[in-house]
Amino acid sequence: MEEKKDLKKEYELSVCLQCGKCVAGCPVSSKSKLNTRKLMRETLLHDVSKYIEEKSEIWECTSCNTCAERCPRGLEPSKLIRALRGYMIEEGHIAKSVIDALESAYKYGNPFNMPKQKRADWTEGMPVKKASESETLYYVGCVPSYDNRVKNVAKSLTGCLTKSGTDFGILGTEEVCCGSEIRRLGEEGLFEELSEGLKSALKENNIKRIITTSPHCYNAFKNEYNLEGVEVFHYTQIIAKAIKEEKLKITKEMKKRITYHDPCFLGKQNKIFDEPREIIKSIPGIDFVEFDRSREKSLCCEGGGGRMWIETESTTRLSETRVKDAVSMGAEIIAVSCPFCMLTLEDAVKTADLEGKIQVKDISEILIESL
Amino acid sequence: MSEKSLEDIIPEVLVIGGGIAGMQAALEVAEKGFKTYLVEKTPSVGGRMAQLDKTFPTLDCAACTITPRMVETGNHPNIELLTYSEIKSIEKDGTNFKAVIKKNPRYVDVKKCAGCGACAEACVLKGKIPNEFDESKGKRSAAYVPFPQAVPLKYTIDPQRCLTVTKGKCGKSPKCKEACKAGAIDFGQKEEMLEVKVGAVIVATGYDLFDAKQKPELGYGKYDNVITGLEFERLVSSSGPTKGDILINGKKPKSVVFVQCVGSRDHTVNNEYCSRVCCMYTAKQAHLVRDKIPDAKVTICYIDIRAFGKGFEEFYERVQKEGVVYRRGLPSEIYKKDDKVVVKAEDTLAGEIYEEEADLVVLATGIMPRKDSKALSEMLGLEHTPDKFYAEKDPQDIINTNVDGVYLAGCCQGPKDIPDAVAQASGAAALAAKRIAKKK
Repeated sequence: MEEKKDLKKEYELSVCLQCGKCVAGCPVSSKSKLNTRKLMRETLLHDVSKYIEEKSEIWECTSCNTCAERCPRGLEPSKLIRALRGYMIEEGHIAKSVIDALESAYKYGNPFNMPKQKRADWTEGMPVKKASESETLYYVGCVPSYDNRVKNVAKSLTGCLTKSGTDFGILGTEEVCCGSEIRRLGEEGLFEELSEGLKSALKENNIKRIITTSPHCYNAFKNEYNLEGVEVFHYTQIIAKAIKEEKLKITKEMKKRITYHDPCFLGKQNKIFDEPREIIKSIPGIDFVEFDRSREKSLCCEGGGGRMWIETESTTRLSETRVKDAVSMGAEIIAVSCPFCMLTLEDAVKTADLEGKIQVKDISEILIESL
Repeated sequence: MSEKSLEDIIPEVLVIGGGIAGMQAALEVAEKGFKTYLVEKTPSVGGRMAQLDKTFPTLDCAACTITPRMVETGNHPNIELLTYSEIKSIEKDGTNFKAVIKKNPRYVDVKKCAGCGACAEACVLKGKIPNEFDESKGKRSAAYVPFPQAVPLKYTIDPQRCLTVTKGKCGKSPKCKEACKAGAIDFGQKEEMLEVKVGAVIVATGYDLFDAKQKPELGYGKYDNVITGLEFERLVSSSGPTKGDILINGKKPKSVVFVQCVGSRDHTVNNEYCSRVCCMYTAKQAHLVRDKIPDAKVTICYIDIRAFGKGFEEFYERVQKEGVVYRRGLPSEIYKKDDKVVVKAEDTLAGEIYEEEADLVVLATGIMPRKDSKALSEMLGLEHTPDKFYAEKDPQDIINTNVDGVYLAGCCQGPKDIPDAVAQASGAAALAAKRIAKKK
C-alpha cells in the first residue's frame, strides 16, 4: 500500500489528462500492448504492484522518452515504467537475459559478461593516454569497448580527436558501465553504485571534461550524475567545434549520398540536432539527405531501455522501417552517432536483406576517411 | 496608489489597440461625449476579427458585423483615429497620463489619397509580398491596404519592402508615384510625434497566436497541408486568397483532421492555460468543411471540449450531427506519406491507436500574450499574471488594473471570445467615462 501511494505522488499520476499523446508518440505502442496512458491511470486507481507479473509489456519500452518530452502536463510516464520494472525485478518477474546483464554489470562493470581486463583491448596498436594524464576523459562506454563492430568507432573517434589536437585520456580497464541502461532496466540501486564508483574515479583523476561515444552515457553524465565542475560533451559537439575552428582539416571528398539517424538520447532528449549534421555536411562531395522523420520526430531504433537484453514479441522492427526508408531515399550510408543505433540498424540491414545496398557508419568513421 | 482627488482630470481617453475590443471601447467613450484617441499599430482598424470568416456559434459573417463598426470608428466626431501609429512613451502625470504617439510615415498623403489602388496596381513588387492579413497565404504589393474594407481606406507603402525606401531607387522613378493621379505619394514623409494628455487609458492590445513551429512533431512549416486555424479562416473566407474555396495545392481535401490544444494547456511550451476559443472555432471550421466539401471526412482530435458559452453546446451537438467525428486524444506525430500526411493518435475512448491519412490538417493554435506586451506594461507600471497576460486588479474585477485610470479590454487580459471581449470593452469604457466625468 505504501509503495502505491509513492508512485502516485512521485509521478503525479492524478494530474494526467489522459490525452493519449504519450501513446501516440510511443514508438512501440502500435505493435505492442504497452499503453503508457492506461498504465498511468491504472497505477493511479489500483495497486499495480499486486499484479505486476501481468504487466510484461513494460519491457517493451525503449526509454526513448518521447512520452515525457511531449506530455502536455509535463509528466514522465517513462519514469513510471522504470519504477514498475523495479518492482518486477524485486518480485523476480524478469527474463534470464536481464538478470545476466545486471549481474554482469555488477561483477564486471559491463552488461555483456566480458572480463574487465579486456575493456581497453580496442586500443591495441593505438597509444592512448591514461585518464590521470589529462583533464579530459574520453569515456568510451561498454559497447564500443567490447563489441567487435563498434570497437572501430572508438578507434575512429580516437583518431579524429587526436588529429583535432584534443588532449584526452581514458580510464582503460578501470572504466565501468555508466549505468544508464541499468537504471532504465529498473535497477536503481546498481545504477547508484556504478555512478558512485565512476564519480570517485573522476575525482581521483582530476577530470574536468568528459567526452562520450554514446548519447546514453552522455545523458547519464550530463543529466543524472549531478557532476560538479565537470563539463560533459557528446563527441559530435567536440568534433563539430574543432571543424568550425579549423583544427581538423578535411582533405578528401566523399562522393556519397548520406542520411543521418538522430538518436533519441542525443536528439529528442538533449536537443543536439545540428552538430552531427554540421560534421557530415563539412565533408565535400557528400549529398546529404534528411529522413522525413528526423530531429524531434526521429523514429526510435528500439535499441535503448535495456532492449538489448530483452526478447520482444514485436513483429515489425522500426530499425527495418528506418533502413528501408533510407534506401528509398537513395542513401548509400546511414550515419549514426550512437552505438545502440549502429547495432540495431546494422542488424536491420541484414534482416531486411539490404546488404550491399546500404551501410551503417558512425559519423567518426565517415569523418576519419576524409581526414 | 489610490487617488484622492480627480479635480484636475482631463476628460479625454486614450484607447490602445484598434481591434474589436478597442473599437468598442472607443465608440462607447465617444458616444458618451468624450474625446477619444484610438491608436492602432497597423494601417487599419479591425484587428483579428476582421480576418475571420464566420463567428461561432451563430455563423454570422464576421466582416459584415465588424465593417460597419470600423466605419463608425473612422467617422465618429469624438474619435481621433491614429492608425499606423504606436505608443512611444506613456506615463502617469498626476491623475492624468502623458503619452507620446509616434505616427509612422505611410509615404502616402492621406488627405490626397482617394484609396483607388492605382499605386498598388503599378507597384513593381505587385503579387510578390506575402500579405499578413491573409496570414501570408495571399500576396500584395509594397503599396497596399491590408484588406479592401480597411479603415481608413488609405494606402500605405511598406517601408520594409518598398525599393524606393529600402534601396533609395525603384527603376527610373517609382511606378506608384507615376500612377497616382492625386499626387498622394510622398517619399519625403517623416515620422511624427504627437503628445497627448488624457485622464484614462484603455489597453486593448490583443494577442499573438501560438507559433505552431514550436511543436515540431506536428510538421507545421514543413508540410504544406498542415496549417493553422487562422490560415484556415483566410482559406475559407470569400475575401481570402482562394475566394473561399478550400484548396490545398489546388485540390479540395477529402480528409481533414483538426487538432485541438496546439500551444494551449501545454507545459512543454509553458502555456498552461486554456485559450478558450479553439474548441468552438474548430467546431465552426469543421462545419464549414462539411458545408463546402460535403463528402469530406472530418475528424477533430481533442482532450476536452469546452463549449461553455451561450449556444455553444448546441452548436457542438449540431456539428456532431453533421457527421464530424470527435476523437478524444491528441496526435503526437504527423508525418508525410506521398502528398498526404499521416496523423498518429490514440482514440483514448476506444483505447485504439490509429493513423489517419489526411489531405489537410488544421492546428487549433492558441492565444498568446503579445510579444511586445512588456514594453507597454513597463511604461505604465502594469502588472502581469503568471500566464504573462496583463493582470486584472483582482479575479472578480477583470477591467481595473493595479494602475488607477488604466483599464483592460479584450485578449490582452487573457484569452476570450468576441462577445466577452466586447462586454469587457463596454465595461472599460463605462469605468473610464466615470473617472473622467468626475470633474463635471
